[in-house]
Amino acid sequence: MTNAWTDIKNTDLVVVMGGNAAEAHPCGFKWVTEAKAHRGAKLIVVDPRYTRTASVSDFYAPIRQGTDIAFLLGVINYCIQNNKVQWDYTKAFTNASYIIQDGFGYSDGLFTGYDEEKRDYDRSSWDYVMDEDGFARTDPTLTHPRCVWNLLKDHVSAYTPEMVERICGTPKAKFLKVAEVISECSSPTKTMTSMYALGWTQHSHGAQNIRAMAMLQLILGNIGVRGGGMNALRGHSNIQGLTDLGLMSHLLTGYLNMPTEKEPDFETYMKSRQFRPLRPGQTSYWQNYRKFMVSFQKAMWGDAATAENGWGYHYLPKLDVPAYDVLRMFELMNHGRVNGYICQGFNPVLAFPNRGKVVAGLSKLKFLITMDPLETETARFWENHGEFNDVDTASIQTEVIQLPTRCFAEDEGSLTNSGRWLQWFWPAATPPGEARSDIWIMSQIFLRMREMYRREGGAFPDPLLNLSWDYHDPNDPEPEELAKEINGRALRDLTDPNDPSRVLVPAGKQVLNFTQLRDDGSTMCGCWIYSGNFNEAGNNMARRDNHDPDNTGAYLGWTFAWPLNRRTLYNRASADLNGKPWDPSRKLMEWDGTKWTGYDVPDIAPNAKPQDVMPFIMNQEGVSRLFSRGMMRDGPFPAHMEPFESPVQNVFNRKMRGNPVARIFESDVSQFGTSDEFPYAATSYRLTEHFHYWTKHNRVNASLQPEFFVELSEELAAEKGIQPGSWVRVWSKRGSVKAKAMVTKRIRPMMCDGKTVHVIGIPLHWGFVGAAKKGFGPNSLTPFVGEANIETPGYKAFLVNIEPSTAPGGAVA
Amino acid sequence: MTAAAREAQFPSWDIVFFGGAFMNVELSRRGFLKATGAGVAATSLGAMGFGAAEAAVAAHVRPLKLANTTETRNTCPYCSVACGIIIYSKGDVRKGERAEVVHIEGDVDHPTNLGTLCPKGAALKDFVQAPTRLTQPRIRKPGSDRFEDVSWDAALDRIARLMKHDRDANFLATNAEGLAVNRWTTTGMLAASATTNETAWTTFKVAKALGIVGFDNQARV
Repeated sequence: MTNAWTDIKNTDLVVVMGGNAAEAHPCGFKWVTEAKAHRGAKLIVVDPRYTRTASVSDFYAPIRQGTDIAFLLGVINYCIQNNKVQWDYTKAFTNASYIIQDGFGYSDGLFTGYDEEKRDYDRSSWDYVMDEDGFARTDPTLTHPRCVWNLLKDHVSAYTPEMVERICGTPKAKFLKVAEVISECSSPTKTMTSMYALGWTQHSHGAQNIRAMAMLQLILGNIGVRGGGMNALRGHSNIQGLTDLGLMSHLLTGYLNMPTEKEPDFETYMKSRQFRPLRPGQTSYWQNYRKFMVSFQKAMWGDAATAENGWGYHYLPKLDVPAYDVLRMFELMNHGRVNGYICQGFNPVLAFPNRGKVVAGLSKLKFLITMDPLETETARFWENHGEFNDVDTASIQTEVIQLPTRCFAEDEGSLTNSGRWLQWFWPAATPPGEARSDIWIMSQIFLRMREMYRREGGAFPDPLLNLSWDYHDPNDPEPEELAKEINGRALRDLTDPNDPSRVLVPAGKQVLNFTQLRDDGSTMCGCWIYSGNFNEAGNNMARRDNHDPDNTGAYLGWTFAWPLNRRTLYNRASADLNGKPWDPSRKLMEWDGTKWTGYDVPDIAPNAKPQDVMPFIMNQEGVSRLFSRGMMRDGPFPAHMEPFESPVQNVFNRKMRGNPVARIFESDVSQFGTSDEFPYAATSYRLTEHFHYWTKHNRVNASLQPEFFVELSEELAAEKGIQPGSWVRVWSKRGSVKAKAMVTKRIRPMMCDGKTVHVIGIPLHWGFVGAAKKGFGPNSLTPFVGEANIETPGYKAFLVNIEPSTAPGGAVA
Repeated sequence: MTAAAREAQFPSWDIVFFGGAFMNVELSRRGFLKATGAGVAATSLGAMGFGAAEAAVAAHVRPLKLANTTETRNTCPYCSVACGIIIYSKGDVRKGERAEVVHIEGDVDHPTNLGTLCPKGAALKDFVQAPTRLTQPRIRKPGSDRFEDVSWDAALDRIARLMKHDRDANFLATNAEGLAVNRWTTTGMLAASATTNETAWTTFKVAKALGIVGFDNQARV
């Protein structure tokens, strides 16, 4: 989230698309209710199903799943055609005026540079025209035919209300109503917030869904302001934290990148990370990359990380592919190229697509280690549960070690919420039996392996032997010690560069925050964006001052938000080029003639003049990008792409299937179904009574939603002779499930490109262990394809068939 | 705050009292207690503007099951709204005692949820005490149809040995060009995005130092 949950109360319009906040984030949704009740805010929901959020909305419009880009580009087109643009914001704070190279273009659903063989674009023409000093050329009048604004205007012109209706199935009048209400937020005194979740990310074109809305929010002037923003409603309690801390194949901490084989040494790695400003006088904050990287390496390897060895650069793994993401790992597993797998609080048998392939992969492992407070289907993937898990136990040669862990009530530490608040919590209970903390378990594995390498030697032990492990009790580091390591400290006296006799931070003391980090090895810091979380003032994540001066919803004294306790990202954009708030009644930051003041921590230097430094300092341009250059694999603008399994063809290019650059493994090519065989458009979703596959272990939640069902329209039920509450079989090219039929009015057939499209909804909370009835999940059916930029599997748009059926073997009817 | 100080500031009988009848007052009960200070009594309720009759009732309220419990601030472990919760336990782990959860409710002082919980958060105690909580390391041998209990030492020694064996056999120290790539692709790990940042940092250090590249968390999904 760019903003906080508590900030939503400041909005005038909430658009929920690609999410279902009332159902999945109920206590955060209270701030929507608050905005409706006290500001007169309106709520719009655009979704294939009439969801629980839709049921409390002011306006609902249906949309066929997977077509959000067409809808949103349609809204952008509407705003441009009707002059509903916040011009001062768009001109000053976006790259609308930047001139693009002549080679760039778009036709037949594809951008220039497409190579069908490689399923990739040559992106070299997707860039600015540079001047002789290396700065991007601009035309502030926006008249140049090759400026971003005119290219965007042309690009979105195809998305007329008629075209939106044809692609999305949204009746034209409903689309126009939504577009009109949204366009009103181009006023500097009206803001809209976007609340989205996995309904946008879990597509092969997920990142472009989000970009389309971000672009809309930018031309309306809604980023960096109170009640505005792009608000990703994240799933697990610390999914934000684990992303921030870089527990991903392609990341290090704080969005530093894992090195690749093309970067053989530290200086080469740093060379592509200079982040020179692309406009004169702009702040390009990533120019500090080297300080953050060196301090991270010092946190990992301490004294073994030296200037001479590139700060231990050779200890870091170097990638030969963009990422060993989960789909790639299960593909490799199926080829017998993975021997061991550790699942810490993770249940891939229900979480990853094409369950048949997932179970086949696990069956080829030599060993599987699970760490969880609860039983999981993954730990028992080898156990036969009739139709619910029909495996040949004796033939599965995988050794499985199941480790019991503590749960939240027995643990201590911090979790980062969707709004980037790091909140500390304390233990309240004794763990059951011999359950142990994940920190203790990881420490035990590390210490045992380090001892074996010391004793026996083995493959490149250096990164392990030299790993910094300086804790009071190496067997069980304390959460506070680890938090301090994440914050970082001075390794030598840090002196003032202007006055070397003045010590800013004495050796051994915590740094105040990341502004004190250095690139000469004199500081260490586990994760730069978190720095400030635990400094000499103490554990800032444990702060509990809930005062909120002037009721802005900022709560600066409550816990700690990254970065630097900032609550709204890009908050400088809440004020105009003179530093005056766009909306005086919703002031966030204001320039007082010498410095920035207001309710938040400014995100540019406090004394940076409003005319000089633009708000988007993490971009080399200093402004936001309506045109994203070559930074995304599938285009500098979003463009309509169908799901890989779609009931209709792409109207812009009937030969094109799915995202043209998404990675497809050879073995999955034959696993895609067509609408002839699988005529119905399926989507997955969750219920407010359950959390993933955990709460089926709880008696209360298992009683509230006891069994697996699928949801379909009265029309489709009548067509197929399906009675409400009867058993049905739903199958795709990859698998088959049986479920109770929930026949509702909440799903209605849609008309897309002249064809009737029926939607089937499939919730995801059941498996074969726990207190609820045994059931299946949508992942038995979904395709094995990821998002083109980040490889998030698509669960939201795929094809199935359905027929009346009988109870699965072992189920109680 | 120490447990003793907390006990002094929030006497447990107040919890019962304000958890029921007076939840509609403007002040949250934490704020109220802070305002009135430690050891608030029925008479001081009168001084705060409550009627004498209400104060008299308050003085006779029977202590309910939350009396003499330990209160702990925690965070709901489900979605990333991250609602504040208060866990009530018999016993105090911070004093080294055995402690068992008897009740979990929303934290009224928390700015986001203001004391409310959803149907998942309201049933959290069932998660902590689910019959399917794991209590013992177990091992399932190749081809077997059952788990067998195993000691922590045996389980961890076995894991370290399996991992070292695979790492030594398949670790790619250098690529064809002789560049140090320190890459271990044959063992992968999924990290838990419901664990703490401090757990995550520990896990990160170990996995990346081992050279594990098939390393992701739920954010990938």
